[in-house]
Amino acid sequence: MVYLTRLEHFNAAHKLYNPGWSKEKNEAVFGKCANENWHGHNYELYVTIKGDPDPDTGFLFDVKKLSDIIKDQVIEKLDHRNLNIEVDFLEGKMCSTENLAIGIWQQLVPHLPAEIQLHCIKLYETPRIYVEYFGN
Amino acid sequence: MSTREKKVAVFRKEHFNAAHRIFNPAWDDKKNAEVFGKCSNPHYHGHNYELIVKVTGVPDPQTGYVMDMKQLSRITAEEVLEKFDHRNLNLDTVYFKDLNPTAEHIAMVIYDLLRARIDPKLELQVRLYETERNFVEYPAE
Repeated sequence: MVYLTRLEHFNAAHKLYNPGWSKEKNEAVFGKCANENWHGHNYELYVTIKGDPDPDTGFLFDVKKLSDIIKDQVIEKLDHRNLNIEVDFLEGKMCSTENLAIGIWQQLVPHLPAEIQLHCIKLYETPRIYVEYFGN
Repeated sequence: MSTREKKVAVFRKEHFNAAHRIFNPAWDDKKNAEVFGKCSNPHYHGHNYELIVKVTGVPDPQTGYVMDMKQLSRITAEEVLEKFDHRNLNLDTVYFKDLNPTAEHIAMVIYDLLRARIDPKLELQVRLYETERNFVEYPAE
């Protein structure tokens, strides 16, 4: 079993704001992250897959293909976007880093070949804050 | 070792997260989109900005300091972080009402804000990272 990681990045605006709550409650829970006019981040995304290398190529998976899948299914939809209002797979969800990582996992899984297992989505919101999601 | 009149540069690193949109109000949306591409998205995007403030001068013979770093930290927090962190640079600050919030302009605004609070005999330069690979310095040597 080998693990292979591809690193991508995207820049986006968001806010942490629960529309079911009052403005006061949002500010009490989310602080400055609830700013109605948004703020933003440089996100760093680590996608890790696992499996056995193909005996003919020595590859777990063609990393160029992995990069294209991540770009088409994730980066195109997130980069230079407003996560709260422009991303179909986040509609109706809170735009936390946790939910974003889960959403990215769900975007990628259907596009990976059956013999490749997605192992981990690691998503940095800032250099000092990141989440990991292992699909369970 | 004689330290008289020898200049030293001290640096303070800070960061803030903000949303912005590159937009020239003198142009229509089409031209903004042509020139600035996805950076002009009307719904904004955002960055983790890294700011490095450089202060150069001769260390004070009494303290050994070019500048008290605690004071530099406080000034930077008051003038930059409180105004820019978790803000929309276009909408939530007074500085970019008529000024496009490019990294160049943000660095120039930050310089002016800090310059007014730092001893004129000390030199000041700011370096601003918009991403890890895009950064600007002002003033340029």
